[in-house]
Amino acid sequence: MAILVNRETRLMTVGLTGKQGTFHTLQSRDYGTNVVGGVTPGKGGMIHEGIPVFNSTQLCMQETGANAAMIFVPPKFAADSILECIDAEMPLIIAITEGIPINDMVKVRTALKNSHSRLIGPNCPGIITPGECKIGIMPGHIHMPGNVGVVSRSGTLTYEAVFQLTQREIGQSTCVGIGGDPVNGTNFIDCLQLFQEDAATDAVIMIGEIGGSAETEAARWIQENMNKPVVSFIAGASAPKGKRMGHAGAIISGGDDTAEAKFKILEECGVTIARSPAELGEKMQSLLN
Amino acid sequence: MNVHEYQAKELMKEFKMKVLKGAVANSVDEAVAAAKEMGGNVWVVKAQIHAGGRGKGGGVKLAKSLDEVKQHAQDILGMNLVTHQTGPEGKKVLKLLIEQGCEIEHEYYAGVVLDRATGKITFMASSEGGVDIETVAAQTPEKIIKVAIDPAVGFSPYVGRKLAYGIGLTGDAVAQAAKFFEGLYRLYIEKDCSIAEINPLVLTKDQEIIALDAKLNFDANALFRHPDIERLRDPSEESEQELEAGEFGLSYISLDGNIGCLVNGAGLAMATMDIIKLHGGSPANFLDVGGGADKEAVKKAFSIILQDENVKAILVNIFGGIMKCDIIAEGIVAAAKEMSLEVPLVVRLEGTNVSLGKKILKESGLSITAAEDLKDAAEKAVTAAKES
Repeated sequence: MAILVNRETRLMTVGLTGKQGTFHTLQSRDYGTNVVGGVTPGKGGMIHEGIPVFNSTQLCMQETGANAAMIFVPPKFAADSILECIDAEMPLIIAITEGIPINDMVKVRTALKNSHSRLIGPNCPGIITPGECKIGIMPGHIHMPGNVGVVSRSGTLTYEAVFQLTQREIGQSTCVGIGGDPVNGTNFIDCLQLFQEDAATDAVIMIGEIGGSAETEAARWIQENMNKPVVSFIAGASAPKGKRMGHAGAIISGGDDTAEAKFKILEECGVTIARSPAELGEKMQSLLN
Repeated sequence: MNVHEYQAKELMKEFKMKVLKGAVANSVDEAVAAAKEMGGNVWVVKAQIHAGGRGKGGGVKLAKSLDEVKQHAQDILGMNLVTHQTGPEGKKVLKLLIEQGCEIEHEYYAGVVLDRATGKITFMASSEGGVDIETVAAQTPEKIIKVAIDPAVGFSPYVGRKLAYGIGLTGDAVAQAAKFFEGLYRLYIEKDCSIAEINPLVLTKDQEIIALDAKLNFDANALFRHPDIERLRDPSEESEQELEAGEFGLSYISLDGNIGCLVNGAGLAMATMDIIKLHGGSPANFLDVGGGADKEAVKKAFSIILQDENVKAILVNIFGGIMKCDIIAEGIVAAAKEMSLEVPLVVRLEGTNVSLGKKILKESGLSITAAEDLKDAAEKAVTAAKES
């Protein structure tokens, strides 16, 4: 067990034939992910690196039984590709693309409601169930199978957390990067709920950032609904006000979206906080013992 | 991306919103000539910088004669305007907006923003304009009317009426305001704004709804479809280093500490700054080299960090995912050799091709302090900055 992806996952890549799409699809396949197809409009019928290419998501799903799609399409066209996946009723869509216009994502978010799809991302490293299925750009080798779920808004900071766990021989059930954009498909609470229900997950690491209220809402949800321990770090305690720190989401607009305010509410809600990003593994280890 | 008030108002006119008669001036003479040309007997002289709070800082002044226009223009042009948004260093005023005055009956607030919690564009209006809207939101939230707009439905006229009645307008002003609100929403959507804020929006004694101020911010990720907006960019408002970094795909923000940081990933870059602070140091910058940086980009990152004279030590923290540690190592070696690195360098590498990366650094003969993990890296960098 794990959440969202496992050995049964059948992956297709939208934007397969591009440089990034090819590289990361092959990396995922090497890790053991069952890659069944790809989509590049106009290149349908060809075989790319042993993977059949189709002109549309719908066709690819029909022919290959794909049940997860990784989006590697440039930002200008990425929202359109996500919408095409939603239209084809793709169950799981993972959008890696960084830099999609916000208003495009507002439309996508509306289309996701009452749809048959779940979107992870955009602007995220993807999702991995160690030892079973990797969809995204994270380095597979730092992970190990186990019982800690990881959910994060950041990419490399997630690798840092996973690395600290693996170093202590604490494995991970599933690691989900939900992405750094202000409008995304799956939020902290969605993942926490899945981890809470997952028999293979015993504890969770949640990594947040300054800006927005997602962590605050997650803290309240944890207090009311979760009996598995959660360790959390919020990046950006040292960030100056009003400056955008790379992620469109990470901008403090004042009030309760500072790191300090988020740490405080997490602590009040019974979450174990790591003030230092170097303490995530340590804190989790002491919770599990 | 930010634009100036005068540019925002030009755009607003295209979307049928009323603004006061005004003109841009780059000199005192131009300011006086503009005031003369537009006529009237009251003018407002407004500093054009990308920051709010200009009035309190002395950047907005009322003139009741052409002599006063001249006097104010002389005072404001070239001044170093400090507001709560510029930081203590302030911003130099290079442009003025000269506007005709008007008689105000009441000041309102109107704004369009993304509500991140719902993922919907949300219209806000308040009867309490002309003041800090955050204060209104904190103290009297019931005085802010909010309407979330479904992108599939768009702006229906009732939204405008709901907002106009909600802020207490009556008579003719309701229809005028409703039209204004529709224009502001259309501008937000059609030009891909990330903020469109009018504070104050006023009702004049002549019963006209007019924008006195305007703040428009545009989504940088959508500029590819708005070359007209891209042309409004004012490079004098952006730091040279930040612009230079952008050209190489680096994301750089200057801070006031003394430890230069070079990190991959925005989250890890922030976390690196945080851990430096936790160990008693102070970061000199935020710098995310991104996922696809090559040797040249790494070299550029070093040169940007070293332009900051406050930098006493550099901490490189790389967790290789897409980014390979050997590429970073090659960039570090090349940069250190070409730029005669005089400050201590602490390097922490982990992830993809880490052993190859460490080998390149070791064999380079450079004096580099290798760090074992994140904590070790922060401690070593803080010590190095204190000692040098």
